[in-house]
Amino acid sequence: MNNFTYFQPKTLQEAGEMFGKSWHETTALAGGTDLLGLMKDDIEAPRNVVNLKSLPGLNRISYQPGKGLKIGALTSIAKIASHSDINKRYPVLAQAAKQVASPQLRNVGTIGGNICQRPRCWYFRGDFHCLRKGGDICYAVDGKNKYHCVIGGGPCFIVHPSDMAVALLALDAKLTVYSGGKNKTVAIGDFFVLPEKNVRRENILLPGEIVVDIRIQELNNNTKSGYVKFAERGVWDFAVVSVAAVIQKNGNALKKGRVVLGGVAPAPWFEKKISKKLSGLIPSEKNLDEIMKTALVDAEPLAMNEYKLPLAKNLMKRLIGELTA
Amino acid sequence: MKTIKIQLLVNNNEYEVSVSPNETLLDILRERLGLTGTKRGCEIGECGACTVVMNGEAVNSCLILAPQADGSKIMTVEGLMRNGEYHPLQQSFLNHDAVHCGFCTPGMLMSAYVLLQQKQNPTETGIKQAIAGNLCRCTGYQQIVEAIGDVGKKGETD
Ligand SMILES: Cc1cc2nc3c(=O)[nH]c(=O)nc-3n(C[C@H](O)[C@H](O)[C@H](O)COP(=O)(O)OP(=O)(O)OC[C@H]3O[C@@H](n4cnc5c(N)ncnc54)[C@H](O)[C@@H]3O)c2cc1C
Ligand code: SF4
Ligand code: FES
Ligand code: FES
Repeated sequence: MNNFTYFQPKTLQEAGEMFGKSWHETTALAGGTDLLGLMKDDIEAPRNVVNLKSLPGLNRISYQPGKGLKIGALTSIAKIASHSDINKRYPVLAQAAKQVASPQLRNVGTIGGNICQRPRCWYFRGDFHCLRKGGDICYAVDGKNKYHCVIGGGPCFIVHPSDMAVALLALDAKLTVYSGGKNKTVAIGDFFVLPEKNVRRENILLPGEIVVDIRIQELNNNTKSGYVKFAERGVWDFAVVSVAAVIQKNGNALKKGRVVLGGVAPAPWFEKKISKKLSGLIPSEKNLDEIMKTALVDAEPLAMNEYKLPLAKNLMKRLIGELTA
Repeated sequence: MKTIKIQLLVNNNEYEVSVSPNETLLDILRERLGLTGTKRGCEIGECGACTVVMNGEAVNSCLILAPQADGSKIMTVEGLMRNGEYHPLQQSFLNHDAVHCGFCTPGMLMSAYVLLQQKQNPTETGIKQAIAGNLCRCTGYQQIVEAIGDVGKKGETD
């Protein structure tokens, strides 16, 4: 790991001012579970590291009936996984949190760090100077691409690694982002960027911008939510494909819903067609099979990852079926 | 680069150490404090051999920056012994033949210790979840799960 100067800001303003214009200069540190791995492998080598954990008050969860949920960006994943209101009111979020990494990593890793973590593409993490690192080719195109994206890719084909991001997009969360002296609100749907827009970064943050908290609206009592994750190993394995769904019922039919996929695209992927078709749907096996025919129709799988399409459809069908049974 | 003075309470002993910003808690425990019971394995959060208890929670010390550990209370495997006697968990690991090569053992004991602090008499599933971040290449886990379960049943948690 390269050496660096370590800063302990006491306010957001102080923290923000420690950043220059380039990502190489200064990096924010939350739990460090992703950043330390990147620095040990020399993928990131910042000259300054700013410890966000020194900022007071950013590791709290507050739930107010009728108003909703607010989670400080420095809150640990473990705290979210065991929070009683989150388990009761927002099961999709608790279920995603429980499936992140391992107990040790959940104790230290934060939700802000989780949604800002860098991709796991093995070329990116290895000794390859690929597009995302400022090089000029993507090694995944003709390489081993079993775990890469099937939709939304090009010219880079990562999948976004965060479990929490998938659940948060299904919940249509809002982020508070500190930026140059003030806070702004960013809808989570506008936070992540596809490689065609920026091949070097996975989200809109500029150096010095800091995620402060995450807000989620109150869900009504007819709303069910859940998260399923398919991984090759039970712990510390990233999703091959995952699904988050938040569905509101209306008698036997469904009123509306949001379905989001993880592991298929460079950003958590809102399944627009399926989500739209949930309105008014009677969730029978036959009807679910029927709507799944329209899922991921624009997908362009790579040589080794076409298997993700039936997997994603089956997981969506299973989760929607379970939530609406 | 400037070194940073940090204070640690490790196994109830106070230490003040001058650390370089890029050292990890694992580096400090092993190389500065001589507490080599905590093992250095993968160094990327996958094996759990470096697990210690930090402020009551199991953490991978290989992924904690030493300056970020300033002011915290740490327990390592060396802190389990009671007046020269094995801790019930250690004795149970021996009784159940749960130590083969032994490389995973210190980390396993730390995860098990935290579990028993939080839950009396945990279920088998609870035990498996608690040690899910600790890899063992030798035992096949069954003896470890039984060793922890036994201590839980007897209620010897501290
Ligand atoms: C072995 C292993 C297995 C894992 N498995 C999973 C998994 O299954 N699912 C999953 O979702 N994740 C997984 N992860 C990733 C892990 O969950 C994340 O690393 C963790 O949540 C990140 O949080 P952190 O606080 O440690 O982030 P850090 O490492 O501190 O930061 C990560 C990045 O986010 C930036 N950042 C952090 N906080 C903020 C903020 N508030 N504002 C702006 N930028 C910020 C940092 O600058 C850095 O670039 C795994 C990691 C490891 C090492
Ligand atoms: S998929 Fe993206 S991160 Fe991976 S090699 Fe290609 S450009 Fe690099
Ligand atoms: S050495 Fe820390 S998890 Fe492997
Ligand atoms: S006893 Fe050898 S790794 Fe567990």
